[in-house]
Amino acid sequence: MASLATAEKKRRPDQRAAFWPTLVVLLGAVYCLLPVVWLVTATTKKSGELFTTFSLWPSFTGGFTDNLAKLASIRGGAFWTWCLNSLIFAGGGALLATAVSALAGYGLAKYQFRGKQLIFNFLLVGVLIPGVILAVPQYLLLSKVGIAGTYWSVLLPSIISPFSIYLCRIYATAVVPDEMLEAGRLDGAGEWRIFRSIALYPMIPGLITAFLLQFVGIWNNFLLPFIMLADSEKFPLTVGFYSLMNQGNDQVNIYNVVITGCLVSVIPLLALFLFLQRYWRLDLVSGALKG
Amino acid sequence: MRAAIACRSSASLEPKAVPWLFMAPAILLAAGLIALPLGYAAWLSFRGTRVSGSGLGVRREVFVGFDNYLNVLADTAFLSGVGRMLVYALITVPITMLLALLFALLLDNATTRLRRFGRIAIFVPYAVPGVIAALMWGFMYLPGVSPFTDAAGALGLPEPTFLGPVSVYFSVANISIWGSVGFNMVVLYTSLRGLPQEVYDAARIDGSSEIQLALLIKVPMIVPGLVMTGLFSIIGALQVFSEPNTLVTLTNTISSDWVPMMRVYRDAFVTNDLFSASAASMVITGVTLVASLALLRLLQRRAFGEG
Repeated sequence: MASLATAEKKRRPDQRAAFWPTLVVLLGAVYCLLPVVWLVTATTKKSGELFTTFSLWPSFTGGFTDNLAKLASIRGGAFWTWCLNSLIFAGGGALLATAVSALAGYGLAKYQFRGKQLIFNFLLVGVLIPGVILAVPQYLLLSKVGIAGTYWSVLLPSIISPFSIYLCRIYATAVVPDEMLEAGRLDGAGEWRIFRSIALYPMIPGLITAFLLQFVGIWNNFLLPFIMLADSEKFPLTVGFYSLMNQGNDQVNIYNVVITGCLVSVIPLLALFLFLQRYWRLDLVSGALKG
Repeated sequence: MRAAIACRSSASLEPKAVPWLFMAPAILLAAGLIALPLGYAAWLSFRGTRVSGSGLGVRREVFVGFDNYLNVLADTAFLSGVGRMLVYALITVPITMLLALLFALLLDNATTRLRRFGRIAIFVPYAVPGVIAALMWGFMYLPGVSPFTDAAGALGLPEPTFLGPVSVYFSVANISIWGSVGFNMVVLYTSLRGLPQEVYDAARIDGSSEIQLALLIKVPMIVPGLVMTGLFSIIGALQVFSEPNTLVTLTNTISSDWVPMMRVYRDAFVTNDLFSASAASMVITGVTLVASLALLRLLQRRAFGEG
């Protein structure tokens, strides 16, 4: 008896300390996962069932394969084109943005020159200006040049990201030692060679972070492609689903297809994220990394 | 790339030019795709079409001064859009930040169980595009499909309405809170993990509880992270567009000018009034810039003792 009581006493404070925090975290997890669970169960339902059966319980009436087949064939396989477009916009845009930002961030971090303060201020304003605001005049200008409606009309604005430049600058300041650059200069290496063979390698974790942030930003962007593109062959997923929802006729059947499409398009991104989580240096964003 | 080649071919280059060559691609792109569009919008906002001559009515594009601004600012529909956006922001920003901070502190707290699972689960919505999040929640708000309606029915409770005149604010806010808590939480959590852990031991020896430790020691030390995430939340709220715009396809409660950005879109692409759209977007840009710069100033002074 006595030993039981002491064991109880030993365990209890720790358990009590764990109960409320754990409960709150679990509630948060339920809140965040609930729509995803709903998405999975809703995908298993035939169009009629969506409105008649309890939506958090899956149906096993073959609705899932039905929906997948409908999704694959809708508008002559448009779903796959949209997936590919999203990948092109997000992958290509983020890659180019990271390259541009790496160069600019390194230039800002490692050189002293006149006009630096001006560039800083412009960068700050650039970070603060809502991208949404720029999309309309960007469209007007790009249509004057004749590239509105092309892949470039979405890619070009995605390549310039003041926030990525800011991140690269902080990271370059923190991880590239000036002494090594000086040593390279004494050895007679050119500035480009110094950047490529001395500065670039330690900057890679920061560049991955900038790439991922930009990738998700472009992948999730709706307004820019929505404004720029008219041809549904070039739509990314976000605009594609929106256009499906907006076509009006046969709404109820479309719901199932859109729900299935949401699930199919969310899964690869989730997997990518869970996989890449460890490579993030998100302390960059919070300013915890001293620059 | 151009900068790259130029640099390589001339190692003997003027040292002054080197940083500019590194920044050349960024500067060119920023000039063409940020500065120029902004300037163009500013220019358009002072233009308009007016009927000139008498009777015949030839419409010409002319300089109209501040007319567009006056029209926008006097337009009750625009102002109520601004009002709705502010209500939305007042719900979204504090709740997002509080939840993000709460979860970050709980995940940093050694006694909490299931920390890894919690962190990943709460981060999941970040990978879901806003439009898809809006569609998912939108379906879950629809009476016929909603699991909440089903659950309420089963429990004999009155059916909840998600898209009523008042509840719609919370429904839209909920979509963005759901989407952004995870990212902000991870950012704050990373800065908590970066803090020197010895301070905690000292505080524990001095007898402070875990809650005191969190509120009095951890929170003040991650103020820079809080400022950054808070600022981005505010900017995000001021330019809210895709969530309410997507819900339009599911409900009539949300009008085509529900928030200012939806009106800018409608003016620019549906009613083709570019001048009014430009004036409205300049107003939004101005307010965003002033608000965020002022906030940065204020918080910097608070956070670091001096300006």
